[in-house]
Amino acid sequence: MSAKKLTAAIVGPGNIGTDLLFKLLRSDVVEPRWMIGVDPSSEGLKIAADKGLEVSHEGVDWLLGQDELPDLLFEATSAYVHRACAPRYAEAGIRAIDLTPAAVGPAVIPPVNGLEHVDALNVNMITCGGQATIPMVNAVSRVTPVSYAEIVASVSSVSAGPGTRANIDEFTSTTSAGVVSIGGAAQGKAIIILNPAEPPMIMRDTIFCAVDPDADTDAISESVHRMEKAVQQYVPGYRLLQEPQFDGPSDLTGGRRRVSIFVEVEGAGDFLPPYSGNLDIMTAAAAQVGENIARHLLAEKGN
Amino acid sequence: MTDLNDLTRTWSGTHGDKPFGTLDLRLTDTCLRDGSHHKRHQFTATEVHDIVEALDNSGVPVIEVTHGDGLGGSSFNYGFSRTPEQELIKIAAETAKRAKIAFLMLPGLGTKDDIRAAQDNGGQICRIATHCTEADVSIQHFGLARELGLETVGFLMMSHTQPPEVLARQARIMVDAGCQCVYVVDSAGALIMEQTADRVSAVVAEIGHQADVGFHGHENLGLGVANTVVAARAGATQIDGSVRRFGAGAGNTPLEAFVGVADKLGWTTGVDFLKIVDASEDVIKPAMPEECQLDRMTLMMGYAGVYSSFLKHAGNAAERFGVSGAQILLEAGKRKLIGGQEDQLIDIALQLKAAQESESPVTV
Repeated sequence: MSAKKLTAAIVGPGNIGTDLLFKLLRSDVVEPRWMIGVDPSSEGLKIAADKGLEVSHEGVDWLLGQDELPDLLFEATSAYVHRACAPRYAEAGIRAIDLTPAAVGPAVIPPVNGLEHVDALNVNMITCGGQATIPMVNAVSRVTPVSYAEIVASVSSVSAGPGTRANIDEFTSTTSAGVVSIGGAAQGKAIIILNPAEPPMIMRDTIFCAVDPDADTDAISESVHRMEKAVQQYVPGYRLLQEPQFDGPSDLTGGRRRVSIFVEVEGAGDFLPPYSGNLDIMTAAAAQVGENIARHLLAEKGN
Repeated sequence: MTDLNDLTRTWSGTHGDKPFGTLDLRLTDTCLRDGSHHKRHQFTATEVHDIVEALDNSGVPVIEVTHGDGLGGSSFNYGFSRTPEQELIKIAAETAKRAKIAFLMLPGLGTKDDIRAAQDNGGQICRIATHCTEADVSIQHFGLARELGLETVGFLMMSHTQPPEVLARQARIMVDAGCQCVYVVDSAGALIMEQTADRVSAVVAEIGHQADVGFHGHENLGLGVANTVVAARAGATQIDGSVRRFGAGAGNTPLEAFVGVADKLGWTTGVDFLKIVDASEDVIKPAMPEECQLDRMTLMMGYAGVYSSFLKHAGNAAERFGVSGAQILLEAGKRKLIGGQEDQLIDIALQLKAAQESESPVTV
């Protein structure tokens, strides 16, 4: 195994950025070296400093002013900030993995197209609901055409931050676009529910797909189970709650059958509590994508 | 004579004056929105036309028309609409001579584009509903609605789950975002009169000088009209109901009954009791698949505090998997499901089925 790693900066020392830090600290190919914020009293910056990272509360201006720049940059701020900064990262030759819904670069869902955009200067992680559900839409569309897919993501209120709340329309539009572009459905719809129950509920997602009446249900089930295993590679707490359900065609569904898939996403509990699987799947997927890019670049350098 | 729909209140707090011109209370009928659940979202253009005409003719000042789950609700999860809701809003707006047409939207399901389309189709009142602890997801939508010149209403759903002071704080968030009337919404039909009065009073105390307060009741414990009377006494000036209870769960507060009660109490609603009773028999009843019943399933919803529109979905799942619908609803209450989580009823049914099968081994 190569001891060589690519260097990374995390911009945004909030819950997501800090949880991502814990995951990257375990990586064989990515070395988190900088944590960047804008608030000197940030808890995330303190944690990063304790872990030996170089930290700054002077934002990306500070980072981009350094002699040594990171190979990779993980953006865990907001869509607004990322849209403003993305051109500067690109100009500096830094590869950005964007955990906001800014959608500047192509979207990536690790088990579906994780290796497709390893050359891109900017990749986008869609949304937490997208990371949890689009793999399953794809698992079905691999087997049979999906004319329409609909996902329902229920997350605990405490795990939905101010960014999600202020821009909930962005969640629905970005996720439904991903259901189509990466999930492979002809049409997509996304619904998010914030449930305040105490103790907080673990993230739950339901994926509905409309398929042909004569679609091979055994093949669909098998593909869904395979996808569960693929996601479990980076999110061990990702699991099917039930066997996929198949409902007969009806007039209301335009003569299509409905496939229903129920999943639960329990987080690894690195920094965030296990119920917030929605945040964990985001950071785990981003770490995975960062590692894919790093392996690709390291292999190129090795040649 | 002031037009029924002239909102004379300026939101600056004109105490002592009646908020709606000559009216003490402003009523909204929601047959064509909450009734959409009972109708499994299968309204036809003709039914909507006829119901709007009859309600408008009775003097109902506001008529709500949307998929039961609000704009964008047509889906696998909530049921597909037979007629696109935007088409129904348009028909309603074209039919109503005096009444304003309201539409509902739930952030996380509907979007700002849906609001724009509803306004283009003649909708004038934008009602934005959130679970009663999540008001901050509605801020961008209230902002847009006011910018578009729409009248705004906020819905704090499942109000029975939170104490009065929490509702007051959430109402404050909505009003600060541009909401002109906050409703205490008893989505589960679980509130008992004193609890209704306490909640409405707390919201009035917090926002009453800036905005109206409304009440939306359900019949799952048979208290729709009673709760609405105490809500009005506590300061609610906007009232929801559905003629003939045509709504979700055991149905909504029967609007025609409330009109009669308001007449007896000397509260002016502007609605003609005899005309609305005729509308109930002659127009609403024929459009209903069946009467809204206070039965085992709907009583369970009031008792367990379950979102009223789960009724048909729980019934479907019970039938599909051969388990008890009442058990599904009780478990939904235990899991503290909130509005929108209809998908989880299938998961509950599958769990009940698995439990049932493991308890009664198959005999060969």
